[in-house]
Order: sequence, then structure tokens, then C-alpha cells
Amino acid sequence: MGITTMKLNSNRLGYYIKEGFISIFTHSLMSFASVCIIVAFLVIMGGFSLLALNINALVGKLENENVLLAYVDESYSEQDARDLRQSLRVLPNVSSVNFISVNQAMESFLGRYEDNSRYEDVKPDWFRHRFEIHVNDVALLAQTQIDVSEVHGIVKVNANLTIAKGLVTVRNIVSRVSIGMVSILLAISVFIMSNTIKLSTYERREEIAIMKMVGATNGFIRWPFILEGFLLGTIGSIAAFASIWGLYGLVSNSIMDIGIGFISVLPFTSVSFRMFMMFVSIGFGVGVGGSGMVLNRYLNV
Amino acid sequence: MIQMIDVFKVYANGTRALKGVTFSLNSGEFAFLVGPSGSGKSTVIKLVTGEIAATDGQVIVNGHDMNLIKMKQMPFLRRTVGVIFQDFRLIDNKTVYDNIAFAMHVVGASSKEIKDRVPYVLELVGLEKKAKVKPAELSGGEQQRVVVARALINNPALIVADEPTGNLDPARSLEILTLLQKINELGTTVLVVTHEKPLVDRFSQRVIAIDGGRIISDGIDGYYNYEVEQ
Repeated sequence: MGITTMKLNSNRLGYYIKEGFISIFTHSLMSFASVCIIVAFLVIMGGFSLLALNINALVGKLENENVLLAYVDESYSEQDARDLRQSLRVLPNVSSVNFISVNQAMESFLGRYEDNSRYEDVKPDWFRHRFEIHVNDVALLAQTQIDVSEVHGIVKVNANLTIAKGLVTVRNIVSRVSIGMVSILLAISVFIMSNTIKLSTYERREEIAIMKMVGATNGFIRWPFILEGFLLGTIGSIAAFASIWGLYGLVSNSIMDIGIGFISVLPFTSVSFRMFMMFVSIGFGVGVGGSGMVLNRYLNV
Repeated sequence: MIQMIDVFKVYANGTRALKGVTFSLNSGEFAFLVGPSGSGKSTVIKLVTGEIAATDGQVIVNGHDMNLIKMKQMPFLRRTVGVIFQDFRLIDNKTVYDNIAFAMHVVGASSKEIKDRVPYVLELVGLEKKAKVKPAELSGGEQQRVVVARALINNPALIVADEPTGNLDPARSLEILTLLQKINELGTTVLVVTHEKPLVDRFSQRVIAIDGGRIISDGIDGYYNYEVEQ
């Protein structure tokens, strides 16, 4: 009995796969339209996601450069000043703490000027020991500034709160717009895709009715359609992935050629796996889910 | 095979299609179901194939009470009933062979079983040389023979033919009914719905006449009784 069942299933599986493939070519115009819709949607969505990722990376880079400078009491020896590092390191939102001695501060100051003859009489005691503090979240910079200033031995903390606020605003706008755009695109795509599948299924309603009449189960009817949806979704997502890879390469090369100083473009390889998985998942979901949903209305015969 | 006991059918729009129909068709029988348009013939067929459910009364097909059968079981019942339609209902993009073979795929037959069975049935309906042809390239009579082959392929206990000669000329119609009679002689129960009196007259078979949703006569000379009623 068990062997018979397995044999029946393998016979069916072969039939489903064969029918799924044949159907793609038999209804070639609808198949082409479905693939084009998936490609167009994924390229637009992928392009927008890449733009958002790049803006986020750029904002992140700028955030990293936006550090707190904490000045140490002049009465502290270098060792006493260095010992404050541990108290600063444990504060909330602090990601890294670099100690800068008065000598390092002076060298850094002098290094900014090509002709430093004017600064020959600059002495180390004009400077203070200081800490360069990087934060995890620039939105909490003001609170971190307060926390740092409360550490015994720290006398002054400099932070560029205006820039920090600006970066936070940009980051929030980018995330909200990307979520909104992706949701709208997804809704439009599901609508267009389900209509395309509806049209395709409507074209084959007679075939479905015949299948029902000769005793086909809903599963028997549904599987070739689902496999067809899966194949179209996969073809569409792979084509979209290749297209976006090519387009991204062209755009990033152009940006590099123009050479806008602070703008750097994320390498495609850093997001390619995530993007491929996202494309395949969406292609699979739209193709399989769409055909499965639409079929239901023709199966109640 | 078929048992209808005091069956009523009222459609959603209020049409009373059947008003207490009772008849039975036993295993191995051949019968014509005749009557004018709107008499309830198609409703009887739809009740037998499970396309619709009776409003009242009992419909039993191949031992299954159609009022009690679950939707999930319906495909398995349909595999025991071969259906022949007036408008053929063949799949245009499949060859004659594939149109017949797909009914075997439905029941999970193996490739070997399909390769053995389809040529045999094609030969039975005289279409062995048309296996690779698409339905559009066939005449009406040939298309109907493909439908007969598809109905026969899973060796059903019962064949129901709904106006099988409606789209055929008299000669092809006679061929199809002769083929159905031959199938009946091989042991399959056959119910043929038709309104073509000259054809029915050629076969000395049971005739169930229906009019106004009621059975008005049933017997070897049933068609004549139906005419008298008119």
C-alpha cells in the first residue's frame, strides 16, 4: 500500500512539473507579462532599497565622525587623566573612548598647518588632556554629553548637537520614506500581479472545469498552477537581480567618476546576498501566493 | 447506479426545476432521458455529477448519497462517472492522446498504465490514427468520440451523456449512440439525455420522459408516451 502511494505521488509530481513547464510556453504572452511585472516591481523596489541603504550608510558614516570631546581637569597628571577612560567607557551610549594627551593634541593642532613657524612658541600646557568619545546612537548625544560632563575630572564637553540633530532627522526621514515606498510598491505589485494571474486563470477556467468534471482534486488542479507561479516568480526575480546588479554597477561607477568627496557607494557584494534572498522570496510569494489565491474562486465547481 | 427518490430542485432565482422526480437506473442498464427544453433534463444530469445539490429528496449515485457526500469526496465519486457533454469540452492545446491521458493522470495512473490504456480506448472509438492531432483539427463527430474515450478511460461504472449528439449531423449522431450502446454491451451503465426522437426510435431501449420537472413516462416506449402527453 505504502509503495503504491509513493508511486502515485511520484507519477503526480512528474505530471505537475511537466504541466507547469508546458503551461508557461502554452500561455507564453501571459507568462511574459507576469515575468515583466515581477522584474519591473523588483527593480524599482530594489533600486529604492539600495538608495535607502546608501543614504543610511552615509548618515552612519557622518554620525561616526560626529564625536564628543571631553576635556580633563588641568590639575590631573597624564596617568590620572588616562585612568578616567574606564569611567567614561561604561557610560550608556558610549561605543569607544580614545585618550589624547596634551602632546598628541598639540601635534594634531600643529599638523593642521603647513607653515607652522607662526606657532613655534605653542607649548603643551596650552592644551588639556582629552577624550574623543564615539557614541552608538547620535540621537542620544545630548544626554551622553550630560553623562560625560558629570564624570569627576571632566571639566568641559564639546558636542555638535545641531549636526547630530540634522543627521537624526535625515535618518528618520529616509527610514520612513523607504518603508512607505516599499509598502506602496508591494501593494501595487500584488494588485497588478493578482490581476495578471486572474486573467491567466480566467483564460483557463474551462480547463479547470473539465478537470473538476473528470474527478481532479483541488490539489491536482492547483499544483501545476503553483509550480508555474513558482517558476515565473523565480525567473522574474533572477532577471531582476541581474538587472539591478548591472544598473547599480553603472550608477556607482558614474558617482565614483564624478568623485563627490564625502559620498561613497556601498559595494553591491555587501548587499547582494540579502537582496537576492529578498528578490527570490518576493518572487516566490507573489508567484505562488498569487496563483494559489486566485485559483480558489474557480475550484468551487 | 442512479437512484432518485422524490427529488425537488428549486434554484436560487426561484425556478422550480424538479418537482418530485423518482426513477432508478440499475447496473448495466441503458436509458434515454428525454424531454423538451426546460423540462429538467439538465438538472437531473447536474444532480448526478454533483454540480448542484437537491433541495429535497434523495439522489444516490454509484452507492453514494449525494446529500451526504463531502466536498472532499466529490472528486473520487466523479471518477466513477464518465461525463459526455454536448459542447465536447476538450482542452484545445492538448493533443487527442493528452486529452484522454490527463483523465488518467487525475487518478494517479502510472506512465505505463497510461501508455497501455489510451491506445486501447482510442482504438475502441476508432481514433487510433488521430492520437497526435489537436481537437481543432477534428470534425465534430471525431471530437465527440474523443470525449467518449475520455469518459471511458478510467473504466467508470456509469456514463452520463448530456445531449451528446446536439452538435452533430444525423450520421455522426447515429455513430455516437451506436458507440455508447456498444460500451453498454461491454458492461457500463449508460444514461443519455437527448431530445432527438428519430435517434431514440432507432434504439429499442428504455426511455424516461420528463416534462415540467416531473417524470411523465418510463419504459421501452417512453418517448411515445411523452409525445402523447404533448
